[in-house]
Amino acid sequence: MREQLIRDLRVAFARLWVRVKGGNREPEWLLAEMTIPILTLSAYIYLYKMLNAPAEFAGFVIVGGTMMAFWSNVLWNMSAQFYWEKETGNLEIYLAAPVSRMAILLGMALGGIVNTTLRAAAILVAGTVIFQVPLMIQEPLTAVLVFILTIIAVYALGMLFASLFMMYGREAWHTANLLQEPVYFLSGFYFPTRYLPFAVQLVASLVPLTFGLDGIRRVLILGEGLGDIWLNVAALIVFSAILLPLARFALNYMENLGKREGRLTLRWQ
Amino acid sequence: MQYCIETKGLVRIFKTKNETVKALDGVTVSISEGEIFGLLGPNGAGKTTLIKILTTLLLPTTGEAYVGGFNVVKESDKVRRIIGLVSGGETPGYGILSARENLWFFSQLYGMSSSNAKEKIKLLMADLDFEQYASKRMSRLSTGYKQRLNLARGLLSDPSVLFLDEPTLGLDVLTAKKLRGYIVDWAKKEAKGTVLLTTHYMAEADEMCDRVAIIDRGRILACESPKVLKENIKGNQIMKIEVSSIQADVSFLSKISGVVGYSETRSIQTGTTALKVMFEDESTFTEIKSELEKKTKILSISETEPTLEDVYISLVGRGFEEQSAEMATDA
Repeated sequence: MREQLIRDLRVAFARLWVRVKGGNREPEWLLAEMTIPILTLSAYIYLYKMLNAPAEFAGFVIVGGTMMAFWSNVLWNMSAQFYWEKETGNLEIYLAAPVSRMAILLGMALGGIVNTTLRAAAILVAGTVIFQVPLMIQEPLTAVLVFILTIIAVYALGMLFASLFMMYGREAWHTANLLQEPVYFLSGFYFPTRYLPFAVQLVASLVPLTFGLDGIRRVLILGEGLGDIWLNVAALIVFSAILLPLARFALNYMENLGKREGRLTLRWQ
Repeated sequence: MQYCIETKGLVRIFKTKNETVKALDGVTVSISEGEIFGLLGPNGAGKTTLIKILTTLLLPTTGEAYVGGFNVVKESDKVRRIIGLVSGGETPGYGILSARENLWFFSQLYGMSSSNAKEKIKLLMADLDFEQYASKRMSRLSTGYKQRLNLARGLLSDPSVLFLDEPTLGLDVLTAKKLRGYIVDWAKKEAKGTVLLTTHYMAEADEMCDRVAIIDRGRILACESPKVLKENIKGNQIMKIEVSSIQADVSFLSKISGVVGYSETRSIQTGTTALKVMFEDESTFTEIKSELEKKTKILSISETEPTLEDVYISLVGRGFEEQSAEMATDA
């Protein structure tokens, strides 16, 4: 048991290391990944300024853009990773090794979190400095708590998607495309979800990012505390408690199904 | 007797929307510890399917398989601890990382401590002669060095059973020779490990393997040492005939009584076809010659010693290339 745990931790660390090392080896990527989101944010901020929207909207967009960096990472680098590993022949090596698949996914997730946090922090700092967005943080620890819970819930969803991508390859690729913009919209990247119709808000509540984004904005921009956003915290805990075991179950199920049908390692299928 | 690798009536069926393919059809083999065992067959014969089942990547439809005494379905984790898998034509790893970094990463999948892993990596790189490329990004390595890296990865965890799926596919002659020599040394001298090798290169199987199983359409047709397999067909004669046309239809050969089988290799560069015909007696050869002369011009005729390809021809009636092409058409 202890030996297995050490082995899994080694694997998770090694996969994290690969992602961090690989992701930062070519600095021009870093620059592009930070500049492009700032340009997108700028467009929305100038639009709101032109419409004389409340000043807090600029802050909302900056926080939204910061958190969306994580969603993009989850969709394209986390969910799709096993699919790419399959295409390059790495998946076969993973599956033939005496290693927990969840440890590999955990490593991928942690690596993605480290890389994206660097980029997201740069977006947040650049955005608040350039557009002089005032932050009203009353409870920094609450901000950290909501951020961590959001990341856990969102990456747990990514782990779940990873199994689907692994099995359904190109079909799942389209699903990722389908998920990108609607989640941007539903979770309130462009504007706070309270302005959306109730039915749409209901659908938005199925996305963990909605609760995370709303919670972080309220703590950072509106200066609210844990007492005000307890519902967000509870929802994120529930999401994580459901999604993590579900991801583990899906991964086992998909692996067995893949081994039965021959889909995991035979690329022509 | 306990074998290192054992399969009993292994069947694997693939079902897709339009077709059902029986990739393995009752495969039973027993491989002893320390043996280098070759699976020889054309593309689509079932070699890779068998390796995937033995390395726990695929479930058999029916039948049983054991590696190191462990059931590959019920004790897959125990099997994974003692095996190494190297596939030719594949370049597992991360192109943006160096050769050394890639090997370190893969060592972690087997729970090796970093210091042990680094020592082992250094040793393997020296043995396989690519220390000078240790810091080079994998994506910038040549095919030959990528395959050395791939083999080093398979050996990192000191496996007792090594599965090699077409390990020299696409490599130049010298690199292929180097890797073959290294594998034989590893199995016979250093680790005394068991090797299951799939290949469609006859010379490779002949040179490396203690025993060879010839597999076709999911069935084992023969299983012996290369020497015995070749001796078994010594009663037949084999002639190499070069004809001047690249488009000559030689399918009539199979209809001549006394012809055991034949293979044909067409060369675009020379515009000729090289035939290898196996037959029973002189009178058959006279008929072959006269029939061929009616269709095309014979450029040269020479007698050859039996090879493993001839063993295959004697069992299937056709050469590897024709069989692979036929299977591709079937699929």
